[in-house]
Amino acid sequence: MYKDALAKMLDDSAKTALDRRSFLMLGAAGAGSLLLRPGSAQAAAKTKSAARIVIAGAGAAGLAAASYLAARLDGAKITLIDARKEHFYQPGFTLVAAGIKQSSYVVSTTREYIPGGVELIEERVAEFDPEGNKVVTESGTAVPYDFLVVATGLKLDYDAIPGMDTEQIGNNGLGSIYHSPAKAEATWRAMSDFADKGGVGVFLRPGTEMKCAGAPLKYTFITDDHLRRRGNRGKAEIIYNANNKALFSVPIVHEKVRMLFEDRGVKVNYERVLESIDLGKKLAVFKTPIGPVELQYDFINVIPPMRAPDSVRNSPLRWQEGGWANDGWIEVDKHSLRHKRFDNVFAVGDVAGVPKGKTAASVKWQVPVAVDHLIASIEGKESKAHYGGYTSCPLITRLGQAMLIEFDYKDNLTPSFPGVIAPLEELWISWVMKTMALKPTYISMLRGRA
Amino acid sequence: MKELDPLVFLAVFQEMLGPLLWLMILVIVVGTAAFIALLLKERTINSRRLVRAELAGLVGGVLALVLMAKVSSSGFTDAGGPADWFLIALVFGLGLAGTAILVYTVMGWRSRPAA
Repeated sequence: MYKDALAKMLDDSAKTALDRRSFLMLGAAGAGSLLLRPGSAQAAAKTKSAARIVIAGAGAAGLAAASYLAARLDGAKITLIDARKEHFYQPGFTLVAAGIKQSSYVVSTTREYIPGGVELIEERVAEFDPEGNKVVTESGTAVPYDFLVVATGLKLDYDAIPGMDTEQIGNNGLGSIYHSPAKAEATWRAMSDFADKGGVGVFLRPGTEMKCAGAPLKYTFITDDHLRRRGNRGKAEIIYNANNKALFSVPIVHEKVRMLFEDRGVKVNYERVLESIDLGKKLAVFKTPIGPVELQYDFINVIPPMRAPDSVRNSPLRWQEGGWANDGWIEVDKHSLRHKRFDNVFAVGDVAGVPKGKTAASVKWQVPVAVDHLIASIEGKESKAHYGGYTSCPLITRLGQAMLIEFDYKDNLTPSFPGVIAPLEELWISWVMKTMALKPTYISMLRGRA
Repeated sequence: MKELDPLVFLAVFQEMLGPLLWLMILVIVVGTAAFIALLLKERTINSRRLVRAELAGLVGGVLALVLMAKVSSSGFTDAGGPADWFLIALVFGLGLAGTAILVYTVMGWRSRPAA
């Protein structure tokens, strides 16, 4: 159609003038191609099935899984289980705590992303029974399944830090961006106050696996920049406490961040994990190889240990041995996201016991792989889908600049735009992507369109 | 963003702009069509009109950069490398070309009945 219209147009214009009809045809062809949607390609290949699929958790991973499954299955009974009515766009929490966005930027409702034909049970899963192929909700209702996708996310274990009180976030120099949109905003107020006055800023990350391991670094950089913009950097000392001997798990990124911290005058301590805190005295106690070390602070960004939710941790789904058993992460194959002992169980998102990336970018690449394996099981086939550990971290290094770091299980950098957007360079374009393109991409992912 | 699929781009832009996306596409398609139709009808480029359109285009380019700075909570002063200069040139260039073509076309079609 294009070709004919174009040929006719060239032909016509060579003779006299373009006639109106071929012109309109060309326009229509262009507009038509734009109207095609991914859904229309998938609709043709729907698998007929009466399988009962339960998805525990309706966060980023659960909703994306529901969308992908609903698009590829015809007749299956898909049930999402999650008590929370609000949906949080978690990658935006750092921007809220940076004073760039309001908390409303990260809050929407779970309901608006539920695909047609998918049922939502607004309760928490209290018990997983993979031997009995069922989950039990808080109210005691048993929901049997043929396939289970666990996407419960993780638990922020503030209780594991003696002296910590989440009610106090925003007061007395206490910040914690992970807690909730409201507390991210409260953290911004506390940090802004610190940027006005100066003093000692203490930053850290927990000794457990954590979601978005770049966020503690970002917030250190952002605080440094706010101090500089207000002319108060000279009045402040910034101390970053790494939990182990590295600032970032990918060695090449660690080196880059080490250099940037040196450049910005951020003091780094290695092998320090927050052990307890005294909010009244503004005193943080760290566990170190040489015993407890105290740090007086004027502002602190507390990031709590992160673990699988109790219902998962107390279930047979968790790793049975090794470093992840204690925190309860689910024992899945890292390339297929299928459970190693229960064939009909998959885990995606933060709760999956895989080596890297508890991020929305991981979810984006994990979900299609897990869904492909699940559907192959329904069809009695083998799936070749493979997740290589891809994840990404737009590491903000000052307001207006970020490094677009993408990597995989092997610690390789995997840039999306090689030769154009350098991963270890502080760029405006990476910031623009973080602030403008990331949320629309995320929402498209929830709807199964990206 | 491991693979670049045009349909993913469309989905993302739709999420970003909402109904505004379709309006923008409409303006681009209709504007381009009207521009080409004008060229073919006149069979010449009116240089007086072109200069005026280009001047308006400069303003359009600057406005595009201001808009970009506003929605990204940052500005072109944050540029840190070649990719950034490319983005700035692209945003300015698109604003300039778009405005110039639209202004040239509108002026052309408006002046025709009188001429």
